[in-house]
Amino acid sequence: MAQHGDGVTAPEGDAVHGSAVTTALAVSHQTVESPGTAVVPTDPVINPGFPPHNPRMTDLYPEKAARAARQVAILFYISIIGSIFAVAAYVAFPIVPGDPGSIRINNALLGIGITLGLLGIGLGAVHWAKQLMREDESVELRHGTRGTDATREKAVEVFTLGNNESGIGRRSLIRNSLIGALVLTPVPAVALFRDLAPAANPVPLLQHTMWKKGTRLTRDPDGTAVKATDVTLGSAFHIIPEGLNDREDALEQKAKAAVLLMRLRPEDLHVSEARKGWNYEGIVAYSKICTHVGCPVALYEQQTHHLLCPCHQSQFDITHEAKVIFGPARRPLPQLPITIDSEGYLVAQSDFHEPVGPDFWEREL
Amino acid sequence: MTTTETPKTVLAPTRGARFTGAAANYIDERTSISGLVKELGRKIFPDHWSFMLGEVALYSFIVILLTGTFLTFFFQASMADVTYAGSYIPLKGVDMSAAMNSTLNISFDIRGGLLMRQVHHWAALLFVASIGLHMLRIYFTGAFRKPRELNWLIGFVLFVLAMAEGFTGYSLPDDLLSGNGLRIIDGLVKGLPVIGTWTSYLLFGGEFPGTAIVGRLYTLHILLLPAILVAALGIHLVLLVINKHTQFAGPGKTNDNVVGVPIMPVFAAKAGGFFFIVFGVIVLIASFFTINPIWTYGPYDPSPVSAGTQPDWYIGFADGALRLVPSDWGFMIGPWTFSLNIVAPVLVLGLFIVAVAIYPFIEGWVTGDKREHHIADRPRNAPTRTAIGAAGVTFYAVLWAAASSDLIATHFGLTIEGVITTLQYLLIFGPIVAYLVTKRICLGLMKKDREIALHGYESGRIVRLPGGEYIEVHEQLSDYERWRLISYDDYKPLMLRPDAKGRISVTERLRAAMSNWFFEDRIAPVTRAELEQAHHSGHGAIEAAPESEPAQLH
Repeated sequence: MAQHGDGVTAPEGDAVHGSAVTTALAVSHQTVESPGTAVVPTDPVINPGFPPHNPRMTDLYPEKAARAARQVAILFYISIIGSIFAVAAYVAFPIVPGDPGSIRINNALLGIGITLGLLGIGLGAVHWAKQLMREDESVELRHGTRGTDATREKAVEVFTLGNNESGIGRRSLIRNSLIGALVLTPVPAVALFRDLAPAANPVPLLQHTMWKKGTRLTRDPDGTAVKATDVTLGSAFHIIPEGLNDREDALEQKAKAAVLLMRLRPEDLHVSEARKGWNYEGIVAYSKICTHVGCPVALYEQQTHHLLCPCHQSQFDITHEAKVIFGPARRPLPQLPITIDSEGYLVAQSDFHEPVGPDFWEREL
Repeated sequence: MTTTETPKTVLAPTRGARFTGAAANYIDERTSISGLVKELGRKIFPDHWSFMLGEVALYSFIVILLTGTFLTFFFQASMADVTYAGSYIPLKGVDMSAAMNSTLNISFDIRGGLLMRQVHHWAALLFVASIGLHMLRIYFTGAFRKPRELNWLIGFVLFVLAMAEGFTGYSLPDDLLSGNGLRIIDGLVKGLPVIGTWTSYLLFGGEFPGTAIVGRLYTLHILLLPAILVAALGIHLVLLVINKHTQFAGPGKTNDNVVGVPIMPVFAAKAGGFFFIVFGVIVLIASFFTINPIWTYGPYDPSPVSAGTQPDWYIGFADGALRLVPSDWGFMIGPWTFSLNIVAPVLVLGLFIVAVAIYPFIEGWVTGDKREHHIADRPRNAPTRTAIGAAGVTFYAVLWAAASSDLIATHFGLTIEGVITTLQYLLIFGPIVAYLVTKRICLGLMKKDREIALHGYESGRIVRLPGGEYIEVHEQLSDYERWRLISYDDYKPLMLRPDAKGRISVTERLRAAMSNWFFEDRIAPVTRAELEQAHHSGHGAIEAAPESEPAQLH
């Protein structure tokens, strides 16, 4: 036994050895459960026993009981009416194409009918139970959850017999090879899941977008090209690369290539040396995919030139190359270097110079 | 009271009774079901309103199964591109996935389809909510103690499964909001160290969003998760029957009995009726309150998003955790990116959830109490546990509020930065304050209970004694009322003692420290001697008052 009545520590159960189970069961045989650090009162107040039973009105007055019975029946009749009403409403109030009101009526009337059908039964049954069924409390004795000693002895015997007759405890070669085999069987199942995704390595896919030198910036979603002269001071455009809408994988490409285009006064822009030629007369293009977890950074505040992600409120300062000024994002939004082509349309100078969107392990930047 | 057997033996059986008897006989001869009815039919079930929270969860799950089955007959879990041609004019001619298209058709072209969708969604919200409240009830009343620790763990698994079911279901319509939710999951998964990129790639079957995810989530949503859920629910209920329900302390109620109503007929009528009430209320809500109007969001597109978008309420705490990370959390390990802004919230949430799951085992280890406990605690009578629970609830609530940080800012005219910063402080200090305050309140309530049990309650009746002194008469509780106040388990801190080898192990030191933390502030239950003494001196006080008065006059 443990030192200060803190309970018997049963030996660690070993699933393989039937004998360990046997001892675990045998050790706790006939022990009174320890109360631990609980204070077992020496002078407890005695449980006063059940209070006297107060009869209900329906127990005392037969006419009250009869009224309650009528009420229960009425509730059940309401249920019947409700169910019939629901079917009638289903037929009588069809959905008229193009009329949203008809959907609302169909939904509401059908719902009311079904609700009455259900609530009638529910309230009726509960009312019946509370008013008319026998209500005084009954008592049942609890027994300890553990099996009786006799049962546990039988169980031990089963394990012992199983162990003896199979020899699983004795024949370690068989046992250990079986364990090895069982451990390995799920491996093919794991391997089978490899083809959940295509064979190609995802990392290069994440590092590149559709943008390349000369790709025109077009409006999202209609795909019309944007001239530098269209972009007035203070305006912002939602941009996709030209030709995106014709692609099979348009959504996958858009999820990486979506861009926000804004025009600021050139003197408001703080441009670093390396990005000198990336804007066109104050027109800048930044990835619209948040560097936090990839939501579209769709809210542009014209006065402060801040971009706000509506999902987790990361804020980026466009005047300082989209650096993070608040929120959980860790990196600035990648900038798309732009210029204009011979016709005056805005085009990309290249792809983004770093992966867009959320962080990933192999990002390398 | 007449027993049900009487008519069987005495009266000549009616035609109905003959039929019932024959049917019962037919079934019993093939299933031996009479044994089950004998065992369970008159099982006693204690009654308390808080015991219905688990029932609400069970019944809303049944509603989910029924309505969900209806929805599967019409829903197409495919991301194939189609052009919408249904009754909803504003979206006519818009390209969308078959999933979105079929969801719109369920809403607008199938009679009752919208109702079933809304019942399904409302029931799902209620399902998770009622599980959460049920867990809080179990926690705060200590109903997780031996022998119910394992059932707590199974219930915890059910809670996690319910949230997973909710999230997978929410993602199926492939509308703008659910797609955005998936985008967040994608970003979250990608940010996990080492495995992130490939996990996302395998999950989505290629680059996000791909064309596989809806079909895969559908399989999880209607097959795998429900199968595990139903199995776990079955074990949960079987263990409930084996352990029998807990009951609150009350006169006549002991740790060795169950006091309540028998399953047949009262509990069956009440619980069965309650199923219909829960179902009815959900249908009523669904008849009049729109939920998840995907037609106003439109199909998924990675580019647009509307402000103020939010996940379903039960995912809020996770979204809030993402929002509360300060800027620039992350670093490089050689060529690899370690996104602490993802890892930190994932770890915090993971630890929080694990703490919830293993709490019963921690408390059991600290108390060392190996007895079975069938009397549910009043929360005040376990001050430290209740305070820890309040701290946990506060922590969860702050994360949850953070998921609405933008709405809080716009509704109350605050800055988003101010709201986030406040919530960051609250996340750390809120639980501490909640812990301290709750513990003090609990101890205060225990003192008050003890006072009332010993000296009665203030009756509001002022009596002038012959000497001129005014006193307020204290009324004594009846023995029955008093019993509710004074019957609870009392623990004292563990005394550190060396073991057989004369050493004190580190784990034992830890246990003693925790035991001290749990039980150093304790209000001992009233004993019989104290009660008798209080009664004597109490009566004496009133009688002695006139005698003491002259002394005061001097």
